[in-house]
Amino acid sequence: MALRVESSELRVGRRGLNPSRAVLDNGAVVLAKEARTTPAAAINVSIRAGSICDPPGGAGTTWLLSRVIDRGTAKRSAADIAEALDSRGITIAIGLTRHIFSLVSICLAEDFEEVLALLGEIVIEPSLPEREVETRKGEVITSIRQDDDSPAVRASESLMALLYPEGHPYGRRTKGSIELVESLTRAPLLDLHDRRFAPAEVSVAIVGDVDVSRAHDVAGRVFGSWQNPAPPPIVLPPVPHAASRQRLVVPMMNKAQADIACGFTTITRRDPDYYAFWLMNNIFGQYSIGGRLGDSIRERQGMAYYASSSLDANVAEGPLVIRAGVSPANVDRAVASIDEEITKLITDGVTAKELDESRRYLVGSIPRALETNAAIANFIQVAEFFDLGLDYDQRLPDLLGAVTIDQVNAAARRALHPDRATLVIAGPYADASVG
Amino acid sequence: MRATTLDNGLKVLVQEEHTAPLASVWCWYKVGSKDERPGLTGVSHWVEHMNFKGTTNIPRDQIKGIIEQYGGTWNGYTWIDQTTYLETATRDALDRMLFIESERMSNCLYHPDDCESERTVIISELQGGENDPDQLLDQEVTATAFKAHPYQHPTIGWLPDLQTMTRDDLYGYYRRYYVPNNATLVVVGDVETDEALRQVERYFGRIQPGGSLERLRTVEPEQTGERRVTIRKEGTTGYLKAAYHAPAATDERFVPLVILDAVLTGAKGLNLWSSFRSAPPQRSARLYRALVERGLASYVSGAIVPTQQPFLYTVSATATEGVPLASVEAAALEELDRVAREGISDAELRKAKAQLKARLVFDNDSVTNIAHQLGYFETIATVDVFTSLGSKIAAVTCEAVADAARTVLSASNRTVGWFEPETTVKSQLSSLKAQGSTLNGKG
Repeated sequence: MALRVESSELRVGRRGLNPSRAVLDNGAVVLAKEARTTPAAAINVSIRAGSICDPPGGAGTTWLLSRVIDRGTAKRSAADIAEALDSRGITIAIGLTRHIFSLVSICLAEDFEEVLALLGEIVIEPSLPEREVETRKGEVITSIRQDDDSPAVRASESLMALLYPEGHPYGRRTKGSIELVESLTRAPLLDLHDRRFAPAEVSVAIVGDVDVSRAHDVAGRVFGSWQNPAPPPIVLPPVPHAASRQRLVVPMMNKAQADIACGFTTITRRDPDYYAFWLMNNIFGQYSIGGRLGDSIRERQGMAYYASSSLDANVAEGPLVIRAGVSPANVDRAVASIDEEITKLITDGVTAKELDESRRYLVGSIPRALETNAAIANFIQVAEFFDLGLDYDQRLPDLLGAVTIDQVNAAARRALHPDRATLVIAGPYADASVG
Repeated sequence: MRATTLDNGLKVLVQEEHTAPLASVWCWYKVGSKDERPGLTGVSHWVEHMNFKGTTNIPRDQIKGIIEQYGGTWNGYTWIDQTTYLETATRDALDRMLFIESERMSNCLYHPDDCESERTVIISELQGGENDPDQLLDQEVTATAFKAHPYQHPTIGWLPDLQTMTRDDLYGYYRRYYVPNNATLVVVGDVETDEALRQVERYFGRIQPGGSLERLRTVEPEQTGERRVTIRKEGTTGYLKAAYHAPAATDERFVPLVILDAVLTGAKGLNLWSSFRSAPPQRSARLYRALVERGLASYVSGAIVPTQQPFLYTVSATATEGVPLASVEAAALEELDRVAREGISDAELRKAKAQLKARLVFDNDSVTNIAHQLGYFETIATVDVFTSLGSKIAAVTCEAVADAARTVLSASNRTVGWFEPETTVKSQLSSLKAQGSTLNGKG
């Protein structure tokens, strides 16, 4: 089997992560980084098969697949897998985002080969036993019911549905509806796996106390002979940008606190203004305890335990979401404060001091963000997914350093405006204006 | 690791870790919600909040930003035995981290306006927790399990106390407990020990020790019969808890009980700061098989946490949609009673030990996590309890686990709690309304 290896170490003399990258003949990507901090390794297998791959009318199918996929393979029963994991003290964390289906395991270095082989079996040839499908369906339905009772989840999911309407994959509930989950069987899960899981969609990151060459050898053995044609790309519908303000109240009178979610659609991750948006969001709702939002709503007014914003620039234009949890008596005041902070930001802009502080923070936090094996594995997988380059960690300070104050202010004006805000309030709050 | 004590009584632990250009500083105080008297529940936690609001030498508006300029993070938490503060940043921030912690120990301001503003923040934190039925149930079960010991009340406090506590209550509590002879300072990271100790002496050596601290000395009387608590409240999902009085971290039955929990629900590790961040290996664990694999529960977990005084071993389960809580309870108690009668097998002991060996490695994967463990154990017992965990786990026998199971998992030592959801007509209407009827264009 031929390996095409390109290491950033060959091209860049500076210190950095320098992960080693190889592409197997079947298109699977292997990323390896040796780190001797602990006698352990993190394995992160990412497949471009996130919830956007749900079949039409089948929102929640990918989620159920993510709950069942590690419950049996062509060679092992669910009990065998349970024993293989539990006897080594490890778990497989299976995550699902809009675009990525990931399996992450942290194991002792001595168990690395066996664990990677197990992960490979799970990804390549899951058996999805009927009995397991039925049991996991019960768990997913219970989880949906728990979400129905959570103001935080209701606020966030309702906001996404409003920001990404008309069946856009970003607006769909990842877990689906109870009715859909009840109707699912093994067949659509197998079909989804057959259609979307292919070596060209997979990248495997191995970080830890494992020689890079050994990591590549083992990954090549596990994934190299897998054949399945690459699926056609999923074309996402265009993202609408709100032209007017929307507001939705989700009354949950049995709760003690209300959750506010206020959002805007923004930019893609590949937008050249991404770093300006990142700094803008850090100043607005992240720096220290929640940036300007935290300063106003938590620190100065004492209204909330948390108030912050997050930016999720993605393949399509992702959201910037402002969140706060407040007493029902303070909902209107908190909403007014959010509007006020947005208005101040787009009218007056950020200060040079704020930009300098946020920039220094983000650049300075890179060593801390890359301290553990799992964090490094996740970082290099994100870089791989968005094609940011093997030297992304070394270029990042310059990318942030090049952003000007005008670009940050332009980002704020481009993304935010109270008249275009989409607002959801979930909790013990009744909207007097609609009765 | 180097351990030393300054003349004023401050215990200092320094451990060099040169794996990343980082340093982590934690300052621990031997004060938590168990030290609170009735009427002042929640004071330890509120004091923690106040200690982020400026000091004599750090103006309130400048406290944020000091650590951030080194790419660092800072935080704090309060629990039943301890209050702690941390900073983790690049190693060149060590001087600033020590400066901040020395200021926090002696010079916090407690401006009356800040105390009032923080009252609503803390009540918001409490109400946010009450939004979660599982957390609400945990609070009620703990309060029911303890009759006398102050472990009974929640760390965040009872709402009436939070509504009436005064600035003087807060400041008096701060002055009493925030003294060097009641604290442990931990430094872990890319530092040089002698130099770090010199810096510690420079910032902390001048702080005067406090007087001897009178502690509440309440021993929880032995429980003589099963207790039950049921919360019936609007909701969607049923939750079950079974809590047993359990030994303290220094009790010889503690480590066998950790093994027992691994057999029942999978090993979690023993790092309160990080262990909960990843799920335990539990698919072959007894309670997982009895509840989750049989479709009775969607989730099961066990919690045995190292504490200074005897606390609780709690098993929690979430009922699968449509399954009565009575069925979940019956299946859970059947397993718990069985292990109390029969103990565990050699194979189970081997597996539990392998799990804990791995979890102890995973628990120590960052300077922040290592520093937490040193300070945590020194605060609730001694750091030796932490450093000897590996050998103690290796030495556990099936007989020791059986003994721990027999003495802890008895019906008369148990408190069972249910959160039984009630679906009312009103909530159904709310749900229908939530599906879009209140969408409008107003702000």
